[in-house]
Amino acid sequence: MRRGFDIKHYGGFFALTCLCLFILYAPLIIVMIYSFNDSPSITRWESMSLRWYRDIFTGVESEKFKVAAWNSLTIAISAATVATMVATAAAVGMIRGGNFRGKSVSFALISLPVMVPEIVTAVATLIFFSAIGFTLGTLSILVAHIVFCIPFAYLPISARLQGIEACYEEAAQDLYATRWQTFRYVLMPVLGPGIVSGFLLAFIISLDDFIITSFVKGSGVETLPTAIFGAVKQGIKPNIMALSTLLLLFSILLVTCSYFIGKRGEVTHSEP
Amino acid sequence: MGRAISMQALSGAAPAAAIVLRQVSKTFGDFTALSAVNFEIGDNEFFTLLGPSGCGKTTLLRLIAGFEDTTGGTIHLYGEEIGNLPPNKRPVNTVFQNYALFPHMTVWENISFGLQMLGWTRKDIDRRVGEMVLMVKLDQFADRKPSRMSGGQQQRVALARAMAPRPRVLLLDEPLSALDLKLRQEMRTELKRLQRETGITFIFVTHDQGEALSLSDRIAVMSAGEIQQIGPPSDIYEYPANRFVAGFIGETNLIGAKVTAVGKDVLTCELSDGEIVHARSDAPVSEGRAGSISLRPEHLTLSWEKPVGESLRGEILEVTYLGTDMQYRVRLSDRLHLDVRHQNKNNAIVAINPGAPVYISIADNAARFLVR
Ligand SMILES: Nc1ncnc2c1ncn2[C@@H]1O[C@H](COP(=O)(O)OP(=O)(O)OP(=O)(O)O)[C@@H](O)[C@H]1O
Ligand SMILES: [Mg+2]
Repeated sequence: MRRGFDIKHYGGFFALTCLCLFILYAPLIIVMIYSFNDSPSITRWESMSLRWYRDIFTGVESEKFKVAAWNSLTIAISAATVATMVATAAAVGMIRGGNFRGKSVSFALISLPVMVPEIVTAVATLIFFSAIGFTLGTLSILVAHIVFCIPFAYLPISARLQGIEACYEEAAQDLYATRWQTFRYVLMPVLGPGIVSGFLLAFIISLDDFIITSFVKGSGVETLPTAIFGAVKQGIKPNIMALSTLLLLFSILLVTCSYFIGKRGEVTHSEP
Repeated sequence: MGRAISMQALSGAAPAAAIVLRQVSKTFGDFTALSAVNFEIGDNEFFTLLGPSGCGKTTLLRLIAGFEDTTGGTIHLYGEEIGNLPPNKRPVNTVFQNYALFPHMTVWENISFGLQMLGWTRKDIDRRVGEMVLMVKLDQFADRKPSRMSGGQQQRVALARAMAPRPRVLLLDEPLSALDLKLRQEMRTELKRLQRETGITFIFVTHDQGEALSLSDRIAVMSAGEIQQIGPPSDIYEYPANRFVAGFIGETNLIGAKVTAVGKDVLTCELSDGEIVHARSDAPVSEGRAGSISLRPEHLTLSWEKPVGESLRGEILEVTYLGTDMQYRVRLSDRLHLDVRHQNKNNAIVAINPGAPVYISIADNAARFLVR
């Protein structure tokens, strides 16, 4: 390849990269460091302590955070589960269903929510819920989350399904498996890593959603992001930094899991 | 499900053919992949579909297995119409071209899959799979995943998996094409042995004529979605029905010719350069008919002196050493060249130089006149 095509040789590439990485990660690192600060101030460093981590679990706001965390977790798990099931069915229908009328429209409909500005979805969902008289609360959050998680679960699942040749399913049917048995014993295990990544992606998206949740949550019900936002409005205390750090670590853990599951899937799947 | 059909067929009066295809056609959009295919395959037969790439062999297998719906025509399996059954209701198994072994299952699990789906008991399954891994000599590898096996081993797993449920008919789509020459020859013998021992009807797809000739009881030669000829290997080779079959199976010299006289069973034909050759034809032919004459290179013999009997005059153009054989290209006239083959026996390789004048004699009954 020609040397000039290699972007590494453009002047300033290295500096620009460093700048971008710095802007991206410096705030996160600062938050992580200051979460261990033994001081009520968020800017002045005093000494190292786990004081604010203790505060999350035992302090005045701990009860609120615990309820919010519980809400977030249950909603994220339920929403991701339902969204993954719908997305799997949709992917199998879209990719294995042959050509049917309205196929491209269906595909557009499934993936549209990724492209629509979230605030629009939020407003629209709220208007729709009040129009049909749906009581706002945990259930309305759950329904909204399921809907906007579907495309995120759909993408990794369909990507993986596209890479699986139809011959495995044909072989299963040839060996007397019904459609359901084919799905259960052959397609699902081979598709497994895609399903897991779809689930984890949907889970993360649901867990950290703020905009739609705050529109459709009604009063009284809080998820972790809305609870944090509520707390921040009354002034930023270092306990928020500790909480954010925990959330960050949790996300990193999930993403790592998802990466390795995808990786393992590739290895067992690679054959002629 | 599979049992039901076979029992019924067995109790029937006349022994039904394993597979009967009547006027089977298949189109994809406005492309005709198969047009009006008819044939019958007998019980326990090793039947081969042979043809060039894209002629519709795989499509035909997929119609029999049930992965595609026929556009027209009927398919009967031991007397039962199966054209409308889904693949899992047809007592037919397939060995796929790329094997399609389930990547997440071990060899043992792959082979037992069909039996589990048929609802066999644990004990029966274990006994049958044990038999199958021994049969294909893979008992050492029962716990391996397919991705960690060689091509030949995977091929044997695919074979065992398809044969385990005792299908009435086994469909094999170019099962040997991914193997190297040595392994391919071993597996040929192996396949033939398995077919003879199990008595299963085989429908074998290949584009390798050597494979087809050496394995089959009968061959169907296909081209462009149509069956050109069906018959035992020797018939296909010795009595090709048309130019395509003559050219596709083995090597042959195809020369344009015209019938000048029709004898009792011999035709007198005139080649384009005016020479006269006597040929036979399976189809009725009338005087004045234009067609071609097929002459197999090994049915021709070179000599320096004019031989008794039918012969042509020419001069050597090219000599090629082929190991077992010597191949000579002989020029008869400006537009007419013939290939002649002599077997190399007892190191009696005669040095013949290009340009040498020779006579070619044609073995009795070797020239075939082909109308199409
Ligand atoms: N699903 C399909 N849609 C459209 N055309 C198809 C489809 N399947 C096969 N064909 C066409 O039908 C023809 C026959 O294909 P087929 O796969 O049966 O050939 P083949 O004889 O098995 O060839 P090969 O030896 O290369 O495997 C080809 O021209 C192919 O392009
Ligand atoms: Mg094919």
